[in-house]
Amino acid sequence: MDLRVLTWIVVGITFALYIGIAIWARAGSTGEFYVAGKGVNPVLNGMATAADWMSAASFISMAGLIAFNGYDASVYLMGWTGGYVLLALLLAPYLRKFGKFTVPEFIGERYYSQTARIVAVLCLIVASITYVIGQMKGIGVAFSRFLETSYEVGLFSGMGVVFIYAVLGGMKGITYTQIAQYCVLIFAYTVPAIFISLQLTGNPLPQLGLGSKLSDGTHLLVKLDQVLVDLGFNEYTAKKGTTLNMVALTMSLMIGTAGLPHVIVRFFTVPRVRDARASAGWALVFIAILYTTAPAVGAMSFFNLINTIQPGEIGSETGNLVYEERPQWFKNWQRTGLLAFEDKNGDGRVQYFNDKDAEFLLKAESEFGWAGNEMTKIDRDIMVLANPEIAKLPNWVIALVVAGGLAAALSTAAGLLMAISSAVSHDLLKGVFKPDISERAELLAARLSMAGAILVAGWLGLNPPGFAAQVVALAFGLAASSIFPALMFGIFNKRVNATGAIVGMLVGLSSTLIYIFMFKGWLFIPGTNTFPNTADYWLFGIQPEAFGAIGALLNFASAWVVSKLTAAPPEHIQHLVEDIRVPRGAGTAAAH
Amino acid sequence: MKNPQGYWMANLKILLGCLVVWFVVSFGFGIILAEPLNAISIGGYQLGFWFAQQGSIYIFLVLIFFYVWRMNKLDREFDVHED
Repeated sequence: MDLRVLTWIVVGITFALYIGIAIWARAGSTGEFYVAGKGVNPVLNGMATAADWMSAASFISMAGLIAFNGYDASVYLMGWTGGYVLLALLLAPYLRKFGKFTVPEFIGERYYSQTARIVAVLCLIVASITYVIGQMKGIGVAFSRFLETSYEVGLFSGMGVVFIYAVLGGMKGITYTQIAQYCVLIFAYTVPAIFISLQLTGNPLPQLGLGSKLSDGTHLLVKLDQVLVDLGFNEYTAKKGTTLNMVALTMSLMIGTAGLPHVIVRFFTVPRVRDARASAGWALVFIAILYTTAPAVGAMSFFNLINTIQPGEIGSETGNLVYEERPQWFKNWQRTGLLAFEDKNGDGRVQYFNDKDAEFLLKAESEFGWAGNEMTKIDRDIMVLANPEIAKLPNWVIALVVAGGLAAALSTAAGLLMAISSAVSHDLLKGVFKPDISERAELLAARLSMAGAILVAGWLGLNPPGFAAQVVALAFGLAASSIFPALMFGIFNKRVNATGAIVGMLVGLSSTLIYIFMFKGWLFIPGTNTFPNTADYWLFGIQPEAFGAIGALLNFASAWVVSKLTAAPPEHIQHLVEDIRVPRGAGTAAAH
Repeated sequence: MKNPQGYWMANLKILLGCLVVWFVVSFGFGIILAEPLNAISIGGYQLGFWFAQQGSIYIFLVLIFFYVWRMNKLDREFDVHED
């Protein structure tokens, strides 16, 4: 069957499934909207959390970054899984014991201050909008391929679908829809990985296939290292960046994971404190299935890509792919503008190599007759979607991957938009500025802020400040530098007071935001950056994505010092902190 | 509840132990010591690379479930467990 028709059918069936489950589950549990996790056991809650959590960054973007950066992209793998250890150990059980529903509510009450609550809302909105920009990039890529149009048209269609999806609203709160989304996305991710691992190494488990031998008897990773060196690149398994930058980036992603409001709230609603601990573990089980598969997808898709472009010996006259005989996937992605070719030496063949390496370029020009890298654009975010086509897998697998990518991107985008709109309508309007607001007006404010967030994120998504996973990494840096330290001090230190927490959050958020804007453009507007975004200009060689770790340090330090210089929190707050440290007595989460 | 202070100190001790493991497998083996560890190979994996892209994730999982088990035990020892 035609690929386009098949993709429409598979995407259509999965969407019908989500909506069907939402309607079915809704009928029985309208009153339990906010406590969707209640009565759901930790295993299923973990699965739903995994769907909520894994977005376009994990599904569409991450393996592509691994493919092109090799070992250095390990920061995403460790950062986005290691954060769950912090979540389970440092936050989830205590926030569950506290028993409220939003992060600003906790901060407002622990620091007995409406100002602290407003600042927390501000931090939440900045981090979430940045996160949505990353999702928009992923959605734009998926839709442009799915509809076979340019990236821009794909992005606009995606914005429309996200809006409808998010405004349907209640769907998001229903755990069973997310369980279905998890099943679709994990099936879509692992099936092509298993096929390709079998093709290349004969081992059906991608986690083992990555360390296995190819049919010619050499290990896959050894071969990949060798091919890359032959084309003038660095070894796949070698460290290219600095250790300090990798440590900072990994730390930033880890504590950002533990500071992102839309993930934390999932642990507020499980029945008991002990379930909050276990839920984080189960979430990581389901996340790890994708995260241990991703390195195999990255390495194998990249290996296949190079073998497609360079089927013969490097440097030989007929070693390269003839442009006119290029495969269908090549043409399809060219149409989106995310893949571009330029025949620089006019031989009608495609050359892909590292022309940034002066020595190798010289050799390639004089000995091979090459005139620079001719794959002038390969957007990293297309690799996962193109992967099954490059490996010549059946059409139904390709259609499935598109459906999986959309499930991942839409579920997370909708979740974030819910977080933004509830922060505006519930925490800001009803909680602080206009307590007597009617329910209808609150709902209207929620919808308007949702629409506003989509427009801003979509507009910035036209020229995103990086690949989807990198933009999402920026959002994690912002959450890491602002929210995480306030939560940690709130639980582990009785001495930190309102003034300290407010100063800390503002220092962390603003320092990180300013550092990011200096390199990525002010308000992410392209061309307005103060310095070029290269290692030479970075402070201590720390890239903008990694600065969240430094921002968090500044936050911790300033909150501590300011608290020491001002009065201790009142008695009842100190008792509150003692109380959340002990599991017994956790009632069901209290309504707003 | 017999001894809230003792419970909290015991909790912090377990936490610290877990966080040391968390740090060593990821930042230690996966990043800082990755290059020397890469001299050792298991199957087709260099060890430092394996920790960075596979091993640390498996150990994170074991770590969380160990913590859950250990804390449930501690809750009972100090009689602060739920139901």
